[in-house]
Amino acid sequence: MADAYIYDAVRSPRGKGRKDGALHEVTSARLSADILNAVKDRNNLSGHAVEDVIWGNVTQVGEQGGCLARTAVLASDLDESIPGLAINRFCASGMEAVNLAANQVKGGAGQAYIAGGVEMMGRVAMGSDGAAIAVDPSIAMNTYFVPQGISADIIGTEYGFTRDQADALAVESQNRAKAAWDDKRFEKSIVTIRDRNGLSILDHDEYMRPGTDMQTLGALNASFQQMGEVMPGFDKVAMMKYPHLERINHIHHAGNSSGIVDGAAAVLIGSKEFGEINGLKPRARIRATAKIGTDPTIMLTGPVPVTHKILKDHGMAIGDIDLFEVNEAFAAVVLRFMQAFDVDPAVVNVNGGSIAMGHPLGATGAMIIGTLLDELERSDKEVGLATLCIASGMGAATIIERV
Amino acid sequence: MSDFTYAVDADGVAVITWDVPGKSMNVLSREAFVLVEEFIDRALADDAVKGIVITSGKETFAGGMDLNTLATIRQESGDNPAQGLFDFTMNGHRIMRKMERAGMDAKTNKGGKPVAAAITGTCAGIGTEIALATHRRFMADNPKAKIGLPEILVGIFPGGGGTTRFSRMVGAMAASPVLLEGRMMAPKAAKMAGLIDEVVPAGELLAKAKAWVLSATDADIVKPWDQKGWKMPGGAPYHPAGFMTFVGASAMVNAKTQGVYPAAKALLSAIYEGALVPFDTALKIEARWFTNVLMNPSSSAMIRSLFINKEALEKGANRPDVADERVSKVGILGAGMMGAGIAYVSALAGIDVVLLDQKQEAADRGKSYAEGILDKGMQRKKVTPEKKAEVLGRIHATTDYADLAGCDLIVEAVFEDPGIKATVTKAVEEVVGEDCIFATNTSTLPISDLAKASKRPEQFIGIHFFSPVDKMMLVEIIKGAKTGDRAVAKSLDFVRQIRKTPIVVNDARFFYANRCIIPYINEGVRMVKEGVEPALIENAAKMLGFPLGPLQLNDETSIDLGVKIAKATKAAMGAAYDNDEADEVLFWLFDQGRLGRKSKAGFYAYDDAGKRTGIWQGLRDQYMQGGDQPELTTVQHRLMMAQVLEAVRALEEGVLEDIREGDVGAILGWGFAPWSGGPFSWLDIIGAPRAVEICDQLEKAHGPRFAAPSLLKELAKKGVGFYTPRASQAAA
Repeated sequence: MADAYIYDAVRSPRGKGRKDGALHEVTSARLSADILNAVKDRNNLSGHAVEDVIWGNVTQVGEQGGCLARTAVLASDLDESIPGLAINRFCASGMEAVNLAANQVKGGAGQAYIAGGVEMMGRVAMGSDGAAIAVDPSIAMNTYFVPQGISADIIGTEYGFTRDQADALAVESQNRAKAAWDDKRFEKSIVTIRDRNGLSILDHDEYMRPGTDMQTLGALNASFQQMGEVMPGFDKVAMMKYPHLERINHIHHAGNSSGIVDGAAAVLIGSKEFGEINGLKPRARIRATAKIGTDPTIMLTGPVPVTHKILKDHGMAIGDIDLFEVNEAFAAVVLRFMQAFDVDPAVVNVNGGSIAMGHPLGATGAMIIGTLLDELERSDKEVGLATLCIASGMGAATIIERV
Repeated sequence: MSDFTYAVDADGVAVITWDVPGKSMNVLSREAFVLVEEFIDRALADDAVKGIVITSGKETFAGGMDLNTLATIRQESGDNPAQGLFDFTMNGHRIMRKMERAGMDAKTNKGGKPVAAAITGTCAGIGTEIALATHRRFMADNPKAKIGLPEILVGIFPGGGGTTRFSRMVGAMAASPVLLEGRMMAPKAAKMAGLIDEVVPAGELLAKAKAWVLSATDADIVKPWDQKGWKMPGGAPYHPAGFMTFVGASAMVNAKTQGVYPAAKALLSAIYEGALVPFDTALKIEARWFTNVLMNPSSSAMIRSLFINKEALEKGANRPDVADERVSKVGILGAGMMGAGIAYVSALAGIDVVLLDQKQEAADRGKSYAEGILDKGMQRKKVTPEKKAEVLGRIHATTDYADLAGCDLIVEAVFEDPGIKATVTKAVEEVVGEDCIFATNTSTLPISDLAKASKRPEQFIGIHFFSPVDKMMLVEIIKGAKTGDRAVAKSLDFVRQIRKTPIVVNDARFFYANRCIIPYINEGVRMVKEGVEPALIENAAKMLGFPLGPLQLNDETSIDLGVKIAKATKAAMGAAYDNDEADEVLFWLFDQGRLGRKSKAGFYAYDDAGKRTGIWQGLRDQYMQGGDQPELTTVQHRLMMAQVLEAVRALEEGVLEDIREGDVGAILGWGFAPWSGGPFSWLDIIGAPRAVEICDQLEKAHGPRFAAPSLLKELAKKGVGFYTPRASQAAA
């Protein structure tokens, strides 16, 4: 079986996912095409250079419908011989794209892929594609469906995390993100998004709120308390699933949960031969990939079992990992991961995470792999693990190793 | 005489009149439905007929479907009951759809004949669904009349098109409360809810309906969903507006039903899945869900206990064959909360009441308790000042025993002390007539012992109410060793007058209800002592469909009462008493002054206003040692069997004579898992062999109190059930 290597990783800055966000004026297809072009240009790709573009995207309706991946290829400068595949594994779609690409290379199905994703959350609202799991009564009731914010609060309650702990993690995310930007740590990968005249639209992660402290966060109301305790009363549903809990402690709010943003990212993946033919130097080997299904009610604990699985499947131990990227969907997700594996917070999300910079659903999985790679190189470390929790109870992980 | 009759008036309006001979309320039978279709066909085919009015020949319109029909269809369908039920339901849809389309052209929607419902009075179930299938609903402004779709209350849901039609008429959000709560509404409220179109004076009902029929146009009789471009009000499921409605509805129903009421889930699913397809397909989906619910043993159990048997008991199923013993004047001894409550419900029922206490202020306080309830009723506009005066006027608060002369029933509700009760019994018997029946409301003292103070023990009986009397439906009638038929008859007639449900049991400690409730509470307390997470205990109970967990119930009934009962029971049982483990927890709480809700401290903590804030952490600190927690199922089995085995023992010992009373009494008395139909019904659902298996496991792990009773083992061996005592029935 061949090896799959990462040759390049790029991302757009993350724009606020609102009408006043800097990227709000850019269509999903356009942003995707810009990122694809960046990969093409940086790596001198021409013709039928890659087997497929696998493009993560969650809310596949309207302008994000109709196999956006292929549309993006056609909107970009990539050759029309390159098809496109739009995929959805919710928050891990971008990672899944990378994993799927890597495994196809390893399996001999093509020499190279561009894998990544996009999400314009300000333009195409989360949930506007519907979701039977929440809306179909038989399914919702049988699976004890609660919205993800409630799930995050269940994690906090079950594993004993306090509001203060969640807020402290959020403050740390903001501090680290600012430090990373100040230190230009994303310079290698950020692609300034420009208009057709070449004028800059956005060149930095604008969602960040440096200077956020415990006081500012402390003033925020718990976002999911009303829907949990009062209307429609999701907490009672949660306690049917976890009857040992007397109540759900609501600790999450906008400040310690991932931000709603616009963004896109891509990773160039290929075999050794691909690099040799194109004069490209591999930066890391995709050593392992994994996905798993978990309890859909608590929903967001996926990173723990999927990490157990990926380590076991590949004869590795947690101590083998030098750096972690655990998507900050909600503070409790990361707190739980660190608690389960007893990892040092100093090696987790070292350049900040989605709480500070935002989580463009279809793209984040690819973004954190790129961020992980950049930091492994910067700090001269070897092995990194990236993982995300996923709606409806799933987990995904990727282990990369510098070469 | 047929259930329905047909007559065309001079103006060409065909009036179909529903009037089931010999019944006080119309119920729909299969045969009658065939007749309805014949009449509809006749009216549609007759050129002289301009339109149809469906009405009732009674003061009420309809009570619903004859629920025995459903059981019959199941039996008839042999080895494919689901098919039989589905076909039956689809046939009903076919007939009502025919009426609804009324002969109009399928494409143009023109040429149909108007059909109106003239609803004379109370209308429920299929009666309402037939009305919903007509083009316009008129209801008489009858003060006693109520209309609704209460099927959910007996474990099914409106499967005659009511679900599909009403949700399409007003949207899922507005329809859900009506359908899920089974609310019966007064005419004006029903109009506001969109269930009916017009409320008219009773005398004008038929005329108004006919006038509309004669003036209605093609446009007036096409249903919204049969028109082009129709959209579900409030938004279809994947419309932004509809989305949150459905997400929220699932959560609310899930939380409310705790997952044990299949009908609520089926109803929501029928609405959701139906909203995504055209109308006729939606009816088919509704029919499939309806069939699914009917095939679930829970629904037949609920129908049997909450509809058929509850009614049978209220009508005096076990009443001895003696003449009418309705009460005209009742004397109540003791104006405490129980006595006052009994006085209120009696006066409300039109019975004259003498409310007697040792002190006039106590007697007056008892009467003002009744006044308080009436005032609340006035605030909610349910009681008029005249009504209040009338009811209060019947209660005579006094300290004079002589005032009891002329009472035909005495209900003694004084302090729970045999000496005091004996004194009072003797004093009363000096004054009342020889025929007077003497009943005691004792909850813990043997009736036969108390009867020793009476000159006429055959006229001495126990009538045990539950608190609060004005709300609790169950009344236990307890026969002492010498109690005679007339006393039983009078007690039953009295309970019927005050509109409660009676069960008749024989004299034994705790009678029936408390005999089952106390072990339930004790089992919960035992688990606390064992270190089980208290929330798990309480949630386990709620997920079985009990309104309160055992710890909360203990707080409500008060811990000092629990201590008193424990001490008294231990004193009486001696070495046979086996509840010391649980008592330890109780005494520990009692010693700290934690008496429950009344002292704002018990198993739960309360704030200064008396509101429950959560389980008292001190319980966990004291008893939880950090060991493994039991499985949810184990906790549930323990809580369930603690009650159910007592019910079986009560039957074995002859305390309970009729399993119907055991089941209905359990649900009404303490909210025993209504979805199961009661303890005996539950045992039939899981089957005696499984029940014995559970008992064996629990006995091994937790002790002899869980030993399977002989009766249960016998049923398991024979392969039969409580309600299916013959093997062939059990196999069906």
